[in-house]
Amino acid sequence: MTDATRGNGRAGQGSLLVSDARTARRNAAERRFRIYGLLAVSIGIVALVVLLVSILANGASAFRQTTIRIDVPLDAARLDPSGTRDPAAMAGVTTFRYAPLLREGLAATIAAAGIEAEVDDRALDEMISDESVAQLRRHVLANPDLVGQTVPVEVLASGRIDGFFKGRVTYASAELDSNVTPEQLRLAEELRNAELLRTGFNWRFLTAPDGSDTRPEAAGLGVAILGSIYMMLIVLALALPIGVAASIYLEEFAPQNRWTDVIEVNISNLAAVPSIVFGILGLAIFINFMGLPQSAPIVGGLVLTLMTLPTIIIATRAALKAVPPSIRDAALGLGASKMQSVLHHVLPLAMPGILTGTIIGLAQALGETAPLLLIGMVAFVREYPDAPPDGFFDPATALPVQIYNWTQRADPAFVERAGGAIIVLLLFLLAMNLTAIFLRRRFERRW
Amino acid sequence: MGSMTGRGAVLAALLCWAGAAVARDQVQIAGSSTVLPYASIVAEAFGDNYDFPTPVVESGGSSAGLKRFCEGLGENTIDIANASRAIRDREREACAANGVTDIIEVRIGYDGIVFASQRDGPEFADFTPSQWYRALAARLPDEGGAMVPNPNTRWSQIDPALPDVEILAFIPGTKHGTREVFEEKVILQGCEDTGAAEALAASGLDEDAVEDACMSLRTDGRAVDIDGDYTETLARTESDPNGVGVFGLSFYENNTARLKVATMDGVVPTTASIAAGDYPVARPLFFYLKKAHLDAIPGLKEFATFFVSDDLAGPGGPLADYGLVPDPDLAETQAVLLDGTVMP
Repeated sequence: MTDATRGNGRAGQGSLLVSDARTARRNAAERRFRIYGLLAVSIGIVALVVLLVSILANGASAFRQTTIRIDVPLDAARLDPSGTRDPAAMAGVTTFRYAPLLREGLAATIAAAGIEAEVDDRALDEMISDESVAQLRRHVLANPDLVGQTVPVEVLASGRIDGFFKGRVTYASAELDSNVTPEQLRLAEELRNAELLRTGFNWRFLTAPDGSDTRPEAAGLGVAILGSIYMMLIVLALALPIGVAASIYLEEFAPQNRWTDVIEVNISNLAAVPSIVFGILGLAIFINFMGLPQSAPIVGGLVLTLMTLPTIIIATRAALKAVPPSIRDAALGLGASKMQSVLHHVLPLAMPGILTGTIIGLAQALGETAPLLLIGMVAFVREYPDAPPDGFFDPATALPVQIYNWTQRADPAFVERAGGAIIVLLLFLLAMNLTAIFLRRRFERRW
Repeated sequence: MGSMTGRGAVLAALLCWAGAAVARDQVQIAGSSTVLPYASIVAEAFGDNYDFPTPVVESGGSSAGLKRFCEGLGENTIDIANASRAIRDREREACAANGVTDIIEVRIGYDGIVFASQRDGPEFADFTPSQWYRALAARLPDEGGAMVPNPNTRWSQIDPALPDVEILAFIPGTKHGTREVFEEKVILQGCEDTGAAEALAASGLDEDAVEDACMSLRTDGRAVDIDGDYTETLARTESDPNGVGVFGLSFYENNTARLKVATMDGVVPTTASIAAGDYPVARPLFFYLKKAHLDAIPGLKEFATFFVSDDLAGPGGPLADYGLVPDPDLAETQAVLLDGTVMP
């Protein structure tokens, strides 16, 4: 304002078309300011692109998996020593006795395809995932009549062989690697040329449970996705009604006094408390005091509920505030009670804002790892939890926890799995945020 | 409104479920991140072969695991604590104070600690404990025997045979059981080998003070504590070619394409050289078991027995394949479990 006034004082002296020094300076300042803004935006975009590219480059291959088709002779003498075909008796034969069968099957398949291979028994063993041995055993125990026959099975290739077809393992790296040899890779290529080995979409990655450190090729997100869904259900069922009830009371009914001020300040403070603190609270109250089980989604859900509540309360109060007072006045003027005016008029109008806030709170809770660390959910869990409500008390992990676990494993194949899990988590978050935007666009009313 | 009260009733019912649902049917394990891979391999194979559910294995470190182990008995406490070191007396006392008195100690095998650097980095081929002591100690004796701050900044100053690069070591942080072994088998050993321990003792320190002085490491940024896992150590050595990292043998064996290992006292770390007792930096791995839980938790006894069975922990088994050095006295451990012998 002052600049402009002073500029005006000399207006008569210069031309309108030729800007004087002061105007030029002001324009330059504005240009600079715009460039700063653009820079800030582009730094953000570059960071996002780098992040996404590195995640996709590392993780996209987790959605593809290499399998080998082999004919396995199910030797009756070894699998069913008693000869009764009784699953209970056959259960005494452990996976350690099944592994040689798969190896022999692979050797026979290679020979039948006319491939010359200079690999020993151990090298053949190493090409097949241990998970497939366990799968074969389960399959045989479920169908005891198969014993004695030769059955075709599709087995998972081991992590290194799988990595070879995804470009992670090369002949050069195999020279240095103690877990794979170039001969094995050559054999794998021959198998692919004979169409016995193929790489296809990896459904198991989304459905299978976690695999141990020796089975990266079998590790999946099944338990983690279930655990995350269970926890979100609990958070939704608890945080939404409690949060909405608290906000309605505070916004519409509570008197304005020192107590409500204190509560208000505390809610804002709680929203900023680091999430690990809620984990400590969860351990002390839910597990040690209330005796809820460890590693269970119920405890995770309760902890995340506490964490999400402030977010929901703040969003709900903002949504309630945005409803014009005239609506309340009109309802009251027509003889509605206070509760009727709130439940019949204010709440429905505030609903889009409340749902948006809830979904954003849920998305935040979905990505949370720290509080789960203390309640035992950062764990190796292979059993699927049961259906709810019993399943809420069974051990499970969660998506961010699974990512954290996989990044700590020694086998480089887990880097790919972790990348894949990040992609899945990001897709979940994207879906939730899109829902929130859709609800806001579709139902929000402006006055 | 009706649906609101209905929902409230469901919530109340959910919370009351707690009392009924505590009957736990799977084994709960927590502890050392070094033992974690082995425990999860065994847990998985156990789930494959038995009708019991697969045990839940958490990591978090030996100390954290033993602390939770000693919190008491009952279904809300863990059954097994994995540890990369023996349980301490202080921890036994904490256990006893909470009623955890009958503890079975199970030694599953040995773990080697290796010194490795980036594959394309400088030629770190052979180390001795003395070299590590002189590289990392906070204070070293000078010619006169007086303790002066560590003057070495390059490996070649310690031994001309070592590469002429800045000293930079990534060592396990203090919360890791591995740190204890590193201090004892490398730094303390080096302190004695170089004669620094003698010099310290001559200056009038008692035995404990000598050990403390030996094991105090330099804090000028050349010895970097890694509190995370070996993956973090690997990332650090990858980003700095001059860095030497301390790894577990199994971790190294999974990453031989990216790391090259140095010998210690001229011995290459392998499961064979460790089992023979030639490679000096190795330590036993344990798990601790609550005897009181053996009958209460289904599958616990079977799991523990399965863990140390010849099929798994013996030579050629999956644990040895992954890098565990099989215990030559495995039969003794199996007998301990069979008899349920508790720690004295």
